[in-house]
Amino acid sequence: MHTILLTIDLGPLWLTFKLAIITTLLLFIAGIPLAYWLAYSRSKARFVVETLVSMPLVLPPTVIGFYLLIAFSPSGSFGIWLEQWLDLRLVFTFEGLVVGSIIYSLPFMVQPIRSGFVALPENLMEASDLLGKSRLTTLRYVLLPNIKSSLLTAAVLTFAHTIGEFGVVLMIGGSIPDVTKVASIAIYEEVESLNYATANDYSAILFVLTFLMLLLLNLSNGGYFKGLWKW
Amino acid sequence: MVSAELSKQLNTEGGKMSLEVDLSIEKGSFTALYGRSGAGKTSVLRMLAGLMQPDVGEIFVDGDCWTDTSKNLAKSSRYRKVGFVFQDYALFPNMSVQENLEYALVKGQHKSSIDPLIEMMELGDLRSSLPATLSGGQQQRVALARALVQRPVLLLLDEPLSALDWQIRQKLQGYIKLVHDEYKLTTIMVSHDVSEIWRLSDFAYVLEKGKVIRQGSPAETLASKYGVYGVFDKIAEVISIDADRAMLLIDQQCHWFTRNQLEGEEPQPGDRVLLSPRNGGIHIERIA
Repeated sequence: MHTILLTIDLGPLWLTFKLAIITTLLLFIAGIPLAYWLAYSRSKARFVVETLVSMPLVLPPTVIGFYLLIAFSPSGSFGIWLEQWLDLRLVFTFEGLVVGSIIYSLPFMVQPIRSGFVALPENLMEASDLLGKSRLTTLRYVLLPNIKSSLLTAAVLTFAHTIGEFGVVLMIGGSIPDVTKVASIAIYEEVESLNYATANDYSAILFVLTFLMLLLLNLSNGGYFKGLWKW
Repeated sequence: MVSAELSKQLNTEGGKMSLEVDLSIEKGSFTALYGRSGAGKTSVLRMLAGLMQPDVGEIFVDGDCWTDTSKNLAKSSRYRKVGFVFQDYALFPNMSVQENLEYALVKGQHKSSIDPLIEMMELGDLRSSLPATLSGGQQQRVALARALVQRPVLLLLDEPLSALDWQIRQKLQGYIKLVHDEYKLTTIMVSHDVSEIWRLSDFAYVLEKGKVIRQGSPAETLASKYGVYGVFDKIAEVISIDADRAMLLIDQQCHWFTRNQLEGEEPQPGDRVLLSPRNGGIHIERIA
């Protein structure tokens, strides 16, 4: 492994993990309120939102990437608005990859957290309510601590899924070294250039790391690290 | 004083049911809502707590309007100052006994104010235990203590002892009576256990299919007239006994007996007895 790390360009790997960490963090912050709303809202709009959130599970990533490319295009009205008002260009930039990853990995963060909320007995929330506690206090001290395994599952799946992205990032980011060329794209390019050894190096690293992550998640859900994390 | 007029269409196992209930509950009283499963008892309790809203109706507590559908008014359950003990306790699994009680504290209330409750409920040795490690009876005591931390206006108990065995239930009835008296509470308890209602409450509403069919003292509402036919080797519980008559609980029904109908050992209230026919009367034998 040490030799591999010395011989290959680490840029794509670094970019992949940077993208996965940022996506996971941002989705964690956004996913909790969205999952809470989907779990507890009685609004009919939740069915539409839930469908939209689940779309990336079934839609080809290239379709999402294509529409994002069109939407963020600097010649389109939204792209112009982003550039003029927020000084933000989302096509062929790292920021664009982050936005694309957030949309693409949304169900992997939201669904496990939503399932965690739904599985909790309803009267825990009612008991907290009757003690005069606000929704936010109940969320912070009662609900979230009791769905820790769902939170961990959501974070790990999102992280691992972002590492494996290909279609979306290729469409919206292209393959600019150190900007948008993540490991999955590097592997594709190495194979196209018949550099199987380098492609294998990248692949092996991703394989081992994602295996270890999922193994740790399963061990954690199996109760092996019980008591190690408490808030 | 609690007065409530409640009307709501409920979906029950047996189909749609119209709940129409009027309650008038004295301050400081211990009132029981009795009836079969699906009679609407828990729904009444949830409406009082604000966890469910009536289709039409009003609730006044000590002159304060909690619900008035004609004015579209529904005070949030968060502000009703109600102590609620759920059937399955609803203790927060991530918090220890101490933390469950501390969580119930309101701003400005000192942590030490939970100490008398911990002492009264004999929870001192369990302060750092998580709910999952406690027995049903212990969890019930924690739930009761937690419901009292904020000194509620109303204590609502939803079949609080139904999941517990007979001996633990008797012990916990003592705790419930103790806190009701000590904190001078107005308590409303949902139960389908006649003996429990007899021991604890001083007024009972009997509900059937969403309507109050009887109300009054437990003696007036729950007991049949003297005697019972076909008492053959039945186990009964002695509810009350004096020089003239005894009330026995047989198959969840209270029955009065004159003393000359009974022969055998002299039982005490709370005793379980075996009844068997003998010499034209009923022989009583105490059992452990």
